[in-house]
Amino acid sequence: MSENPGAAAAVTPPLWLVAELTYTCPLHCPFCSNPLDFAAQNNELSTADWIRVLKEARALGAVQLGFSGGEPLTRKDLEVMVAEAHGLGYYTNLITSGAGLNETRIRSLKEAGLDHIQLSFQDSTREVNDFLSSTRTFDLKRRAAELIKGHGFPMVMNCVIHRLNIDHVERIIDLALDIGAQYLELANTQYYGWALLNRDHLIPSRAQLERAEAVVAARRAVLGNRLRLLFVVPDYFEGRPKRCMNGWGTTILCVSPDGTALPCQAARMLPGLEFPSVRSSSIREIWFESPAFNRFRGETWMPEPCRSCPERTTDLGGCRCQAYLLSGDLAATDPACDKSPHHGVVLAAIAAGERVAERPLTFRSPESSRRIMESSGRPDGL
Amino acid sequence: MTDSTPTANSAHPRIVPLYRLQWEEVQQAHVLLFPEGMIKLNASAGQILLRCDGMRSTGTIVAELEHAFSTTGLGADVEAFLRFATDKGWVEWVDR
Repeated sequence: MSENPGAAAAVTPPLWLVAELTYTCPLHCPFCSNPLDFAAQNNELSTADWIRVLKEARALGAVQLGFSGGEPLTRKDLEVMVAEAHGLGYYTNLITSGAGLNETRIRSLKEAGLDHIQLSFQDSTREVNDFLSSTRTFDLKRRAAELIKGHGFPMVMNCVIHRLNIDHVERIIDLALDIGAQYLELANTQYYGWALLNRDHLIPSRAQLERAEAVVAARRAVLGNRLRLLFVVPDYFEGRPKRCMNGWGTTILCVSPDGTALPCQAARMLPGLEFPSVRSSSIREIWFESPAFNRFRGETWMPEPCRSCPERTTDLGGCRCQAYLLSGDLAATDPACDKSPHHGVVLAAIAAGERVAERPLTFRSPESSRRIMESSGRPDGL
Repeated sequence: MTDSTPTANSAHPRIVPLYRLQWEEVQQAHVLLFPEGMIKLNASAGQILLRCDGMRSTGTIVAELEHAFSTTGLGADVEAFLRFATDKGWVEWVDR
């Protein structure tokens, strides 16, 4: 590509394909990463469409593949897609709640060549797990973990962390050891969509966060490679933003259930961007040529304070979705940065987290999705 | 089964089953793939790991590489990399 500073930066190929096969999910987690208006999206890609996407993305260089959702196991053709992906040379990851995993399916997934299973828990206790997911799934998840180990899959345990379970981090680590996971992702909640709606309930206090960090550091020192602990401090508390998906359109290609191609799962609510569909464009056209994927590549789009900031090459201006949700401007500096003129919004959210939440939790369900759309009429729910 | 003196000539390194070594045409590199992650390897790391099959000893690997690249004195570099890869958890050691 051109060295001209007005032109797009050199475009690297996508290395990761996130295949969001469906928004259907039996769980109702109030921090779900699916869009608030997911209930309006019901036109799922066919098996043949997905196989074409897998082939085209692999040809461009994608090698990590996440089958995600919703609950990907609700797609009865999952095994067909795993087999295709395996044959193409992808490393295949299944990202699941465990709901729907049984002996028959895990056997067929193994035969299809699935490489790894990421299993989510909502907490180390049955009570909080089942409360947060609004399902009786804790015991089911324990059985799913046994199946995963029994069939020799590597296992990542994922637990979204927030004020309702952050004080259980020690026990969550014990649960990961108990089920034989090789990695534990303690995924501090990122506040988009459902999690933003419920932020006052979910954001931990600074004291909670510091206690959890100390626990993780102490356990990590002992555990080493036996159980690898991933714990990323939430950007709200850091005063600096995180790179959005390793950089907008640099590494990760998400394809949502209806075929909309996105630089990240949360991006579809961004206004003024027309995200291309895999139904009408090739992956090559989408990745290299579409205005939406080129919009935030490189640095030329950056406003102040990013434009003159020496850290712009590290954080790339932060997250575009967070910029939009917190400042109303998708091209603004991410307000998680303490140099942002909108950083006060983040400080206010942290302050609110020190108080008891005043609104009830909104659990993710088709009904609440439709209710939010009816009352706000906006896909961001604002 | 595992040996605590990893680079002893009798010990046989192999890639930990959690990892998959693969050539990636687009990246023109060997990569190590693992759950939700990837490490892009430089050429020498790729050539060493290709031979970490639990059958070859460190000495055999060094000899093969020296022959393949028509050079000598690779032993220290290979051993240093294998120590690094062991610390990272990419490589484990088998006694034969």
